[in-house]
Amino acid sequence: MAHQIVATGRSRTGIPTGRLAVWWIIGSEIVIFGGLIATYLLNRFNHGPSWSAEAAHTNTFIGAANTFWLLTSSLFVVFAHAASERKDANKTRMWIWLTIMLGGFFMGFKSYEYATEILHGYTIFTSNFWSFYYLATGLHGFHVLCGMVIMAIIAENDIKNERNWHRVENIGLYWHFVDIVWIFLFPLMYIAK
Amino acid sequence: MSGHKHPSYLKIYFTLLILFIISVLGPEMAHVLGLEGVSRALLVLSTAFGIAIWKAYLVCAYFMHLKVEKIYAPYILLACLSLLFVFFFGTATDAMFANGHNWVKKYSEDKALAEVIARDEHHEDDHGHSESHHDSHGEEKSH
Repeated sequence: MAHQIVATGRSRTGIPTGRLAVWWIIGSEIVIFGGLIATYLLNRFNHGPSWSAEAAHTNTFIGAANTFWLLTSSLFVVFAHAASERKDANKTRMWIWLTIMLGGFFMGFKSYEYATEILHGYTIFTSNFWSFYYLATGLHGFHVLCGMVIMAIIAENDIKNERNWHRVENIGLYWHFVDIVWIFLFPLMYIAK
Repeated sequence: MSGHKHPSYLKIYFTLLILFIISVLGPEMAHVLGLEGVSRALLVLSTAFGIAIWKAYLVCAYFMHLKVEKIYAPYILLACLSLLFVFFFGTATDAMFANGHNWVKKYSEDKALAEVIARDEHHEDDHGHSESHHDSHGEEKSH
């Protein structure tokens, strides 16, 4: 009796299995980051003036620069996807590596920001606000780092060998979600003080 | 989704950049104009968070191709988003009140604010008044 490969055979939804799995990952991430943001909002509503006084210390310039890096990286990853549809390995790898580079800029700016905040005495233990700040931005930064590593693997292991082209789209979906999370964290932590 | 025609990604990107600039300038304008109360809240909420929702929609619809994706993907996302709203409104009813049946919060906002101000003054003494790496050190006194 021949075995049917279940993992690649699900087509009832009309969505390829890998992409469907990424949508489920994004769905679960919505609950994780959304729960964090919802809890932040509850605290923000309850602790008005003291929360504002703490939030006034975050560095808007670095937050804005990081928004710019991520928005631009989202553009680069759709260019990588478009190139992968044309099966253009060189262009696909170039756009993926440019996306990774912007992710690196994001992490560099974030590291500098953490270092200056900690040097000025604002650590994860300082107050409720700073606990949320480090938890939310740290968890987001971890997702950025994971995305960069996965993209590097796809570029060098798959696209270089001209196989598994669909993975470019899948990692692109994940990367856009990471961008969307930052789109909400930026006004929460850096603008609405 | 290779069969569909791609939208102009650059056009979407520049729209996102313009929205990003407005989201930064809006709250700054509220500060510069000295708005307080409802008018300040309206301006900040609409420019910072209203535009964030708009930006997220553009990324979802065009960069993530949700507009042309099979209907199951939006269903998955909306189901998870609905769970989130259940969580938020389920807990908000307790979290937003200072007391309830058989419980009272011991938290005092005035005391918390005084502690933050005292700690910041202590920090300024430690690091010197000339040092101001944070962009809004000057405005923290106004809170």
